[in-house]
Amino acid sequence: MRIMLRARESRWLAPAAVLVAVVITLLLTAGPIRLAGANPVAAYQRYLVTPLTTVNGLSEVLLASTPLIFTGLAVAIAFRVGYFNIGAEGQYLAGAVAATIPGLYLPSLPAVLALPLAIGAGLVGGAVWAFIPAWLKRHARIDEVVTTLLLNPVALLLVQGLLNGPWRNSESGFPDSDAYGAGYTLPAIAEGGRAHWGLIIALLLVAITWIVMSFTPLGLKLRAAGQAPAAAKFSGIPVARLQWRCALISGGIAGIGGASQVLGVQHQLTAGISNGYGYTGIVVATLGALTAGGVLLVALLLGTIAVGAQNASIALQLPTQMGAIVSSTLLLAVVSLVALRRYRVVFRRRRGTPEHDGQATATDAQATVGDR
Amino acid sequence: MTAPPSAAGAASSVSAASPDSSRSSPGSALAELVDITKTFGALVANDAISLSVLPGEVHALLGENGAGKSTLTRILYGLSQPDSGEIRVDGRVKRISSPADAMEAGIGMVTQEFSLVDTMTVTENLMLAGVGLGRINRAAARAKVLAAAERIGVSIDPDAIVEDLSVGQRQRVEIVKALFHDCRVLILDEPTAVLVPQDVEQLFDSIGRLTSAGMGVIFISHKLHEVTRIADRISILRRGRIVASRPAAGLEPRDIAALMVGAESVAAPVASAENETLADALATSIGLDPADLDGPSVSVGGSALPSAAIRDRSRATRATSPISEATALQITDVTLGNDGSRVLDAVTLSVRRGEILGIAGVSGNGQTELVNVLCGTLTADRGSVMVDQTEISGLDPAARIRAGFGRLTEDRKGSVIPGLSVGQNLVLEDLDRFRIGPFLNRGAVREHVQKLIERFDIRAQPGDPIRSLSGGNMQKVLLARAISRGPKALVASQPTRGLDIGACEYVYSQLRALRDEGAGVLLISEDLDELLGICDRIAVIFSGRIIGELPAADATPEALGLLMTGHDTGAADDSDAAVNA
Amino acid sequence: MDFPVFAVLAAMLTIATPLVWAALGAVINERAGIMNLGIEGTMYAGAFCGFFAAATSGSAWFGLGAAVVAGVVAGALMALLTVTLGVNQHVAGIGITLLLVAACDFANRLLFSSGSQTITAKFDRLFAGGGIFSQYPLTYVAFLVLAPALWWVLRSSGFGLRLRAVGENPEAADAAGIPVARTRYAALILGGAMMAIGGSFLTLSLLGTFTIDIVSGRGWICIALVIFGRWKVWPVVGGALLFAVTDALQLQLAITSLFSGVPNELMIAFPYLVVIAALAIWGRGVRYPGSYLKPYRRA
Repeated sequence: MRIMLRARESRWLAPAAVLVAVVITLLLTAGPIRLAGANPVAAYQRYLVTPLTTVNGLSEVLLASTPLIFTGLAVAIAFRVGYFNIGAEGQYLAGAVAATIPGLYLPSLPAVLALPLAIGAGLVGGAVWAFIPAWLKRHARIDEVVTTLLLNPVALLLVQGLLNGPWRNSESGFPDSDAYGAGYTLPAIAEGGRAHWGLIIALLLVAITWIVMSFTPLGLKLRAAGQAPAAAKFSGIPVARLQWRCALISGGIAGIGGASQVLGVQHQLTAGISNGYGYTGIVVATLGALTAGGVLLVALLLGTIAVGAQNASIALQLPTQMGAIVSSTLLLAVVSLVALRRYRVVFRRRRGTPEHDGQATATDAQATVGDR
Repeated sequence: MTAPPSAAGAASSVSAASPDSSRSSPGSALAELVDITKTFGALVANDAISLSVLPGEVHALLGENGAGKSTLTRILYGLSQPDSGEIRVDGRVKRISSPADAMEAGIGMVTQEFSLVDTMTVTENLMLAGVGLGRINRAAARAKVLAAAERIGVSIDPDAIVEDLSVGQRQRVEIVKALFHDCRVLILDEPTAVLVPQDVEQLFDSIGRLTSAGMGVIFISHKLHEVTRIADRISILRRGRIVASRPAAGLEPRDIAALMVGAESVAAPVASAENETLADALATSIGLDPADLDGPSVSVGGSALPSAAIRDRSRATRATSPISEATALQITDVTLGNDGSRVLDAVTLSVRRGEILGIAGVSGNGQTELVNVLCGTLTADRGSVMVDQTEISGLDPAARIRAGFGRLTEDRKGSVIPGLSVGQNLVLEDLDRFRIGPFLNRGAVREHVQKLIERFDIRAQPGDPIRSLSGGNMQKVLLARAISRGPKALVASQPTRGLDIGACEYVYSQLRALRDEGAGVLLISEDLDELLGICDRIAVIFSGRIIGELPAADATPEALGLLMTGHDTGAADDSDAAVNA
Repeated sequence: MDFPVFAVLAAMLTIATPLVWAALGAVINERAGIMNLGIEGTMYAGAFCGFFAAATSGSAWFGLGAAVVAGVVAGALMALLTVTLGVNQHVAGIGITLLLVAACDFANRLLFSSGSQTITAKFDRLFAGGGIFSQYPLTYVAFLVLAPALWWVLRSSGFGLRLRAVGENPEAADAAGIPVARTRYAALILGGAMMAIGGSFLTLSLLGTFTIDIVSGRGWICIALVIFGRWKVWPVVGGALLFAVTDALQLQLAITSLFSGVPNELMIAFPYLVVIAALAIWGRGVRYPGSYLKPYRRA
């Protein structure tokens, strides 16, 4: 009986918590919008509605969402097995660098060969960047959070170093690489729009992830390994091996994200290629509840806000950083309220069966520690 | 040495189990629990328990795991709140809602899991309680540590880091910590379970010093010979009730064992008979029928009845299922730990097909480690484990499952993934059986899960989160998972702990059914009724060694109880010798 | 070639200063059991708020005060999320960093949008021309006051004892009557203030102005230094000096002819790689505080 009650409670409590979090976010961000001299309601309309009302706006939203889908998915996969990859930023950059190599040195390749090669290079680049922390975690038990984090600025410096050094633009002398060969262009999905086939790749990866997580034995094993590593080991699931593999896959997906961005948008490597997509990926993954579908939805939402922020900066003179403020406030509000909700539910259950609770809520948090 | 009988007169007075009697003599007890009831859902952990501890007295609490001892002491120490009943300290009602309240009331507790900060020194640990924010006076604290250590007659290095100390030394630090707060009632929760013999002697010596200084001690233990040595009064809990409470003088381990397992015939010692008379007289004098009293004369609760029924029915069915000569599970020379402290010492057991082999023993004698070694979550230093004809000792857990080894461990929560559903947990170890290519065959899974839910009478929907299940239902899920794949051998460790009677019955019937299908079952339990009820043979583990083995038909609670206490009698020595020979 | 040893050592002390402040703040947090990935954002907020307050008031001291306030607020927010609500510490920390960086950049655009860099009142070096001793006041404070004081606090004060108990074994601390949540709040607020002071060093002492991405991963370096230094004050300070000396060296070497062909950025990345290598070599099997990353709920 208690079970039924709880199931029903959490069914409306979770969406309610998210809803309250959204309202809180809107209220909190209204302050700085006012400070900037804009009308909050007009600003929210710019952020959330305007981009979706025009075909061009929609296309821009898809464009802005594409890298977030990649990084969000990368982070979600790693977090899901209890591997805290905070290095999607660096892996994304490494992927962009790797994709640039064939783009610059094999410029005459036809698209059929060039695109798979460059995207494959991006995958490898991201995975290589993820390899070091994953190896250190598996063989020296060194916390992956720190090493993945530290490699982010290193990746940025690598990009900047290459652009100031060997890859400096041969025509302008600016720190941008030369344009890639003509074959290295991910085509636009629709004429006139900027959304490109990178999005299709991203959607494909979302679909694969969804299928693996929902419909395969592997997905169940991954979820078990992430949630309760000790119990998973008891049930014969090779937790460390799964974490290791997911760490590399996570890096690879982030790397494809970087490749997709240079091949689909810039057609050259630039220092501003990332724009913090790797860190935002953590927001996307967390708000998307570490599920493939959730990542897709949240990436589209944050993409909308990003396009809206561009709009608002022109129309309302609202600095574009407001978009990042909205998304990070949303993150903090949602995780807070979701935690608050859980707390109440546990409190209510505790009256019934005190000995059996506590642990249930602790598992998620403890899963993060792994077997430290 | 035993405790100095400084308060022997007081200890042998009226029954501690009677609230009315203690009310009639206010102020004599240091602390009293009166009519304490505590329920967890359907489980009644404490059923109107009354208990007191007098100055200078060691009051021992006995009972199998789950009998309610820990709940009771947690209530006295403020870690848990009773549903009803009250606590009195020095005769006055006291609300104890936190350990801080308990400490203030002069109650200290030392649990098996020490609450010490491992990375700090002894002195720092002892300074923690009541420490301010500013400069600490290390020198004064050190002196206090040394003085307190002196009081219990031990030497403690105040500057040692706790994690460098042995378990026995840590326990001394815990006792010293309790003394720091001027405690007058000290609760020791299975203090000897973790100690080597020399440390036990030291502990008993310390307890003696404390009681002779007028402190009261509540001593929880499984070890009967220790209890008879140290206790002035013994109370026995069974399924949440005190079934006996009597002075320790004159009680032998065999009497206590009989009381603990609820054997029908108890040779009541003279002292106890006197006590009964006293209690009866007292009850009559205050207008109660002695039969209503949950007093010392009631040695067998109603709970003994179902157990007896289990036993009878089981013995009836046993004849119909012949035991094969073939071995289902062969454990040979499994050893864990180094020479000085062997956790498992050359354990050799053979479970034949169509047989349930029980392992009796008080907890902490190597059972948990043995199960972990069998499951592959702990690696033995030596020895072999064969399931049917397959050597599994080098395999990972997955390969062991594939080899036909089923597991039912005492840690149920550690055997499931809390966030996954009932159905997902049911198939987690069998995923490879439900594949179509790389995909999970959802139809087959659903069918399989539905079938298991029906067959094992699991009261839940396949999609319910497993963490929302009651203990009994969760055990059914684990049973279903282990049994449905038709294991050749199954280890079941404390499979009914914490379950209600209906769920226990269910577990027994499933284990029997598995046996009847020709599997070998290794049943590890502390509940002698359970073992006597369904096992074909019963081995006894003590200090990591198998010290005896009896056919269930010849086994009695008394005989097993004696083996469980080590080498107390000739009978135990004989069977020991027989095994070693 | 004369190698400018004293110049490198002087630069080392300067470069290490913000790291010492922030990493010791992180030590306080982590000793209490909380990994604060908000450190990068907190340093950023300290840098910006310090700069803003100093620029508007004309007093570097006022700026320092504003940085402290920013750090206190950031620490309190982290405490609310992780201690009271029990949110995953990684997510909460990254969220705070993202929020603070975005908020500071936003405010920077609003307040200083003219484009020309605003130069603010800043601290001057003491003992100008005194070679290695010519350092900023906060450098002196970091090495001569902060580190010894924190060492003493952790070792010999009741607060330090409480902090360690709460981080190592909150159950035991609770049983001893120590208020676990309040102690963690105190640790996060104090640590936050120190991180923000470290960040403000970049604007108020070094540069005298604020630039986008001014902290550039120093917060992450500090998190690594804390593990490298095994949560102990002096080893963490040593780690900060190790990072700083490689940084100072690369600055020196970058202008020598020997390394003229090497891109400057790779030289800048070198200290980060040194820290990772140091972790890989000496970070094996380190013992984390007992309640690291775990929220505490009374059973």
